[in-house]
Amino acid sequence: MTNRILRLIAVLFALALSPLPALAQGTDFTAMVQALGQGGFPDREAAMNALVATGDERVPPILQAMSDGTLFVRKSDQRVLFAAKSGSEFKLTDPVDSSNAGTATSKDIEKVKVNNGLRGKIRTAIGTMTLLSPDRASRLSAAQSILKNADPAMLPLLDSALAAETDPAIKSTMDLARAVIVLKSDATLDDKRAAVDTIAAHGDLDAQTVLVNALAAAPDELKPTIQTGIDAIGRNLQIWQVAQNLLYGVSLSSVLLLAAIGLSITFGVMGIINMAHGEMVMLGAYTTFVVQELIRNFAPGLMDYSLAFAVPAAFLFTALVGIAIERGIIRWLYGRPLETLLATWGLSLALQQMVRTLFGPTNQMVSPPSWMTGAFDVGGLSITWNRLWIVVFAIAVFVILQLVLNRTALGLQMRAVTQNRRMASSMGIRTPFVDAMTFGLGSGIAGMAGVALSQIDNVSPNLGQGYIIDSFMVVVFGGVGNLWGTLIGALMLGVGNKLLEPQFGAVLGKIIILVLIILFIQWRPRGLFALKGRSIEQ
Amino acid sequence: MTVVNRMIAGLGLGVTMTMGAIAVPAFAADDTIKVGVLHSLSGTMAISETTLKDTMLFLIDEQNKKGGLLGKQLEAVVVDPASDWPLFAEKARELIAVDGVAAVFGCWTSSSRKSVLPVFKELNSILFYPVQYEGEESEKNVIYTGAAPNQQAIPAVDYLMSEEGGSVKRWVLEATDYVYPRTTNKILEQYLLDKGVAAEDIKINYTPFGFADWQTEVAAIKEFGSAGKKTAVVSTINGDANTPFYKELANQGVSAEDIPVVAFSVGEEELAGLDTTNLVGHLAAWNYFQSVDTPENAAFIGAWHTYIGNDTRTTNDPMEAAYLGFNLWVAAVEKAGTTDTDAVLKAIVGLSVPNLTGGTATVLPNHHLTKPVLIGEIQADGQFEIVKQTVEVPGDAWSDVLPEDKGIEADWTDPLTGCGHLDTATKTCGAAPAS
Repeated sequence: MTNRILRLIAVLFALALSPLPALAQGTDFTAMVQALGQGGFPDREAAMNALVATGDERVPPILQAMSDGTLFVRKSDQRVLFAAKSGSEFKLTDPVDSSNAGTATSKDIEKVKVNNGLRGKIRTAIGTMTLLSPDRASRLSAAQSILKNADPAMLPLLDSALAAETDPAIKSTMDLARAVIVLKSDATLDDKRAAVDTIAAHGDLDAQTVLVNALAAAPDELKPTIQTGIDAIGRNLQIWQVAQNLLYGVSLSSVLLLAAIGLSITFGVMGIINMAHGEMVMLGAYTTFVVQELIRNFAPGLMDYSLAFAVPAAFLFTALVGIAIERGIIRWLYGRPLETLLATWGLSLALQQMVRTLFGPTNQMVSPPSWMTGAFDVGGLSITWNRLWIVVFAIAVFVILQLVLNRTALGLQMRAVTQNRRMASSMGIRTPFVDAMTFGLGSGIAGMAGVALSQIDNVSPNLGQGYIIDSFMVVVFGGVGNLWGTLIGALMLGVGNKLLEPQFGAVLGKIIILVLIILFIQWRPRGLFALKGRSIEQ
Repeated sequence: MTVVNRMIAGLGLGVTMTMGAIAVPAFAADDTIKVGVLHSLSGTMAISETTLKDTMLFLIDEQNKKGGLLGKQLEAVVVDPASDWPLFAEKARELIAVDGVAAVFGCWTSSSRKSVLPVFKELNSILFYPVQYEGEESEKNVIYTGAAPNQQAIPAVDYLMSEEGGSVKRWVLEATDYVYPRTTNKILEQYLLDKGVAAEDIKINYTPFGFADWQTEVAAIKEFGSAGKKTAVVSTINGDANTPFYKELANQGVSAEDIPVVAFSVGEEELAGLDTTNLVGHLAAWNYFQSVDTPENAAFIGAWHTYIGNDTRTTNDPMEAAYLGFNLWVAAVEKAGTTDTDAVLKAIVGLSVPNLTGGTATVLPNHHLTKPVLIGEIQADGQFEIVKQTVEVPGDAWSDVLPEDKGIEADWTDPLTGCGHLDTATKTCGAAPAS
């Protein structure tokens, strides 16, 4: 019952909003829908307002489709229809009575165009119509859209919605929206003061925007209150800002760590200057693309788990490529670092060109799984899911690698060969086999890094080049041959970079970091954690 | 399109590419006219330039099917300058001096263009340059078929300032640190200040090439945009850095309704590697979009798909510029009756050919073209929805916005006595300022 009354209020409110004379409920709803397909953006907006004024339940899905670009006009009879793409054809549905309207090719139908301005208005319109929706997600987005476009005319509707709302997150957004509206309306000074407090208590960037906007238009008595609110938010934000920058730094560090950790095995442990390391990362990213493409074609339902398949696939593939490279090229060049450098450099160019020939020079699309998109807020921090997962992944890779090196027979042999090849050999360790396995492990880890990087960077033949210098920097800075050094090195470089960036800009920040590293290497040529013992004397 | 198909297509492409390069010396006969194609097929720029090489081969193939030029068949000479600027000059010299090509179609970055300029001057040949660029140049031996800043950047800013575009009052100029964004931003900043935008409402930020970690920058854009005035980002971010930039925008939830981003270097090709679902509404300004609905464009796309054997390959603005440049050259050679450089340069000024957006492209005396400006919004399918299209705008080599360029024009109506930096007030032909 209350629901029905509320809905009535919503309709009345929508009527008040509409610039057109309210069309009676009896007029032809179909004709109003068809009007969406005619004329330019202003005509379309008028048609939309007329539709909103009906308060009809069928309107929000139509508007949503319009905003999503799935509302089309059939050229033959100018009918406005939902169109869902299936294969090369579009399946058409009538938005008014949901009846099937046949199929069409892209030549027969034309999209109902919207631009940014209209899209914003559609969002607000949907917001007003779905504020009382039983669905939590649409209520939340409705509350957010009302907050963005606070209109005093919405106050009665919002009040009734607030009274019925039970979800704390939505309630808090609605409270904020209400406060913003009160600030704009001609409420009493006391009400407005309370509203400023409510907004200031939110303490985020949006709240600050609202108050800055309100300051100019506020009466003089209110200005000091608003200014205090802005200052309070500003102080609050400044503290969070530092934390946020640290977080960005940790996130950059995780990327550096992933890119460098494979190198710290091949370069650090084996002493091979592998210029094709970046290409292993690139191959890992392309493996992700191929895996996703296979899943898209054969098992679309598994798309969200594509990365779970891509990680082992990338590891195996790049590890095999790595072993092939070691057996085919590098083992002939042990002890000749210059030749190794040139050979692997040439190899990196060859790999790039091979990928370019196979897949074409353009970027390939790796789609993010749904659990890696978007962001969430913790206090004043905004954390994006993909970055968070990459941090988790980097830590997992680091821990597993430590376990492999310290707890397995292969790891023991690797360390033995590193420390004293001849002694290890005389103890019966097959050093050529261990060499191949170590190089394969390093390459495989680079491939796994590629899976993670495919989520944030271009999947193009040049992907690896962007990381090779940073990787060497991290390994050299951290101390050759020490995984902990690589971890600490990546953390220091990442966090340092992100702390410098806001002050000096990205270009200068990077230069400062480079200069600092050069100075540091002068002081400690073996990096942060230098290996001790006989191996370094070789 | 399966992976296997793609691989086969890729292999096929590779084979034609190699054959194109190898087949050349075999036909060194007098019954062909040679055309140089100078685009990087390896290295960083291969991502953009390989398509243009394919476009040139496609256009030459089409022309040969129509009977060639002056009764002779055209023959493409493809070289690979490998994204290496000095190598561009070497390869250009090789094309002109060794292969004897009649004209060269090529270059992408301004650095590569600047690198080949002395070669074209010395050997007196013609370069058709198909990419939008920063302006501030007009040379006798170059025809600029891409946009000058007044044909892309300024109309885009005008659109965002208009009510239709959202009445933007606050601007972030986000750019990669090299010559094109630096010059474009210099022009844009002056233009915005002239339009009454306060200096504190303009923020310019530069990042290095291939920049991949945009967290701080995107957060800074959000913060700058929270000052209560409608904010927009004008992006001159270069190629590779765009994907991580847009991914970060999508992740941090910067929607086009709040802070629209208008880009000058992002087209259909660049979007191919991106999931655009969360980027709907962000803008790009070009002189052509694949989604242009004209019969000419439909025919062009159809022929291109047939030629390349892949009906998902996109078309883009530099491709249209290459198409215009090639057609203008053909028309000029036909008018002049010879491929001699000076005769063709004399014939080409004032020539018009139809473009793909339903208008015509005319070569102006300053060697730039008239082009319409199109503003498009990114759609979920990776295409652009055109929200604004202007009439043809004449390209301005020396920006009228910059005080030092006021009254400077270029006139190559007569290629022998023309001038690339003519002071209209004093009627003197000064040397272009060193850049």
